[in-house]
Amino acid sequence: MRTVPGIRLPWIVRALVAVAAALALAGLSQAAQAKAWSTADHSKFKELQGPFANAEEVTKACLGCHTRAAKQIHATTHWKWKFDNPRTGQELGKGTVINNFCGAIGTNEPFCAKCHIGYGMKDYRTFDFSSETKVDCLVCHAQAKDYIKFPGFAGHPLYEPTEIKGKLRQPPDLAKVAQSVGPTSRFTCGARCHFVGGGGNGVKHGDLDLSLVNPPEYLDVHMSPKRLNFSCAVCHRGDEHSVAGSRYNPRAVDTRGIVVPGKGDETRTSCVSCHGDRPHTDAYARLNDHTDKLACQTCHIPYFARGGYATKMWWDWSTATKEIGKDGHPVHKYDARGYEIYRTGKGSFRWEEFVKPEYRWFNGEVTYTLFGDPVKDGQKVSINRIGGTPAAEDSRIWPFKIMRGKQAIDAGNGTLAVVHLWGPGDDRTALWKGYDWDAALRVGMKSRGVEYSGKLGFVETEMYWPITHMVAPKEDALQCEECHSSMSRMAGLPGIYVPGHSKWKPLDTLGFGLAFLALLGVLGHGAMRIITHYREKRS
Amino acid sequence: MNGRKVERIYIFKPFERFWHWSQAALILTMLVTGFEIHGSYSLFGFRWAVDIHRTSAWLLIGLWTFAIFWHFTTGEWRQYIPTTEKLTAMIRYYLTGVFRHAPHPFRQTTLRKHNPLQRLAYLFVLVLINPLLWFSGWFYLFYSWWEHRWDWLSLSAVGLVHSAGAFLMLTFVIVHVYFATMGHTPLAHIKAMITGWEELEPEYEDDVTEGA
Repeated sequence: MRTVPGIRLPWIVRALVAVAAALALAGLSQAAQAKAWSTADHSKFKELQGPFANAEEVTKACLGCHTRAAKQIHATTHWKWKFDNPRTGQELGKGTVINNFCGAIGTNEPFCAKCHIGYGMKDYRTFDFSSETKVDCLVCHAQAKDYIKFPGFAGHPLYEPTEIKGKLRQPPDLAKVAQSVGPTSRFTCGARCHFVGGGGNGVKHGDLDLSLVNPPEYLDVHMSPKRLNFSCAVCHRGDEHSVAGSRYNPRAVDTRGIVVPGKGDETRTSCVSCHGDRPHTDAYARLNDHTDKLACQTCHIPYFARGGYATKMWWDWSTATKEIGKDGHPVHKYDARGYEIYRTGKGSFRWEEFVKPEYRWFNGEVTYTLFGDPVKDGQKVSINRIGGTPAAEDSRIWPFKIMRGKQAIDAGNGTLAVVHLWGPGDDRTALWKGYDWDAALRVGMKSRGVEYSGKLGFVETEMYWPITHMVAPKEDALQCEECHSSMSRMAGLPGIYVPGHSKWKPLDTLGFGLAFLALLGVLGHGAMRIITHYREKRS
Repeated sequence: MNGRKVERIYIFKPFERFWHWSQAALILTMLVTGFEIHGSYSLFGFRWAVDIHRTSAWLLIGLWTFAIFWHFTTGEWRQYIPTTEKLTAMIRYYLTGVFRHAPHPFRQTTLRKHNPLQRLAYLFVLVLINPLLWFSGWFYLFYSWWEHRWDWLSLSAVGLVHSAGAFLMLTFVIVHVYFATMGHTPLAHIKAMITGWEELEPEYEDDVTEGA
């Protein structure tokens, strides 16, 4: 401890100061945990004392003070499930896109809407998107862990004890939940929705799973409570409830530099917005020469799905309904670690952990194969084609999870299919209950106003998921040899010259050939000198 | 030496010897690390190879700054002016004469340290190999400066030229090291490069001194 020069404090005073400082620090960190920096303790509000008959009543209570909140929410992709991509002109969003996990939401809304930030979305086409009380404030803001929404309830929480998958689940105490509101967290954004997208933990993204609720340092240097303890919103900072950062229209190259107030666009969903575009210093300065070609993520996320959970890499719908158990019960198969690898209603899966990303040039432009876009049986379909030009200023080499699989098409209509997967009660037209593809497509396609042709087909698909979370500490970033070697991760990528990997073979042959001939020449000449020398000596 | 008088002449001054050996060490280091960076083998690991290669490059640049200054202030640069005089004699000597212990056709003096073949070889290094390596090397070092300014230049072109230069340098080093053993004894030239004193070939010395 430093003391002011000239003043020597008695040891007892110094000890007291030290103890006081320690206590203050401990108090501060506790205060931080309790989010005491907020000026409002919601548990003291009489409006939130309940009881609440349903979740919409909670929303009404919230709107009593936060009068503009619902209107703000109404303008967001989170609410609309609709996104007009300014770069491609395509209308995207969960409402309409088709992916290669569960396909599309059409006719499956009560199931999918578990993750909608609204109540009662039973049908995307008829849902009242202008209703303020249908906005779910709690799913993002309630810290209470028992606020959980289950698939099949159209975005509502449970209101009475309900048996789900053989387990009796209790409804949350809405008053307690309402009083627990605060800023969003890794738990609220992640554990309730984004870490479990695609139907389970880690299924979808590869770089987002439940390990990020409380990540160790090596898993994510920003989000780990041992390091910076960032919540999602530190980077995905929202204004007027509109959250920055979108997979539909990502910023693949950030030319703004470090973001400071007054720059206009102050969104922070890029590494550059905090670190700048030449962030390496001292002995590592040379690494800055990579930033014109590589996204930061390429080196700083050496593997994804490394939090202890695997991610789904392959989903083959064509094997669904092939194996049905006795009495029409579905068949479940698991691998040695307990990951499901076959289910009658869903087909076959492959899971991987510690996955090396695949690398592609990317400029942020994403073009979807939408419903109605022509596809043919046997064709390989990119669910979302990515734009990017090798070595161009608007492009960088990005890491991707490329989700692959086979999925249903309506071969007669020549389009990716919308499949009716889930239905209430004993809806046998739903694939997961009746195991009948034709019935499921008839209902599913109809939701888009198309009569199913009766010709079921399957196409192989791939879908690009840019990897940007699970940023490792710098010590764990990719080592040079991962790329600068014959086994380069950059192998096959155009537009780059990677010393240690890229070479022009004829030059190597010529060069080493020349050196070898020279060596042979001088060795021969030397041998002759030695021989003639001794021959002369003898004679 | 068979009782004959050995004439020694002082050829290489201290700076020259320092320049030669430090340059030799740097070039060897850069060849070893350079071909590792090129991906021909693994030795130090890529990162260390790059660091060593770059540090050596800067040291060599510093050394050359002094060497260029020295050559011009002392007029020693004239040693590298090519000549065809006795060139064919030199070639004939290396092809046949050396095996018969024929007299060396060239006599070293402090004003003419290098035989005509040497002059040509060093000139080749000076005007071809070095520029190839130096310019491409600088482009490597200052990649981030020109990369977004100059569309006409690419790292692959720089890499190609740099490795071409390196192959030529490797070939030069092999031949140069061998020719260093071609004195009147295998170590004579090497000793001269260390001490500065070259011992002249006794037979040849007889001819000349007796005639003079």
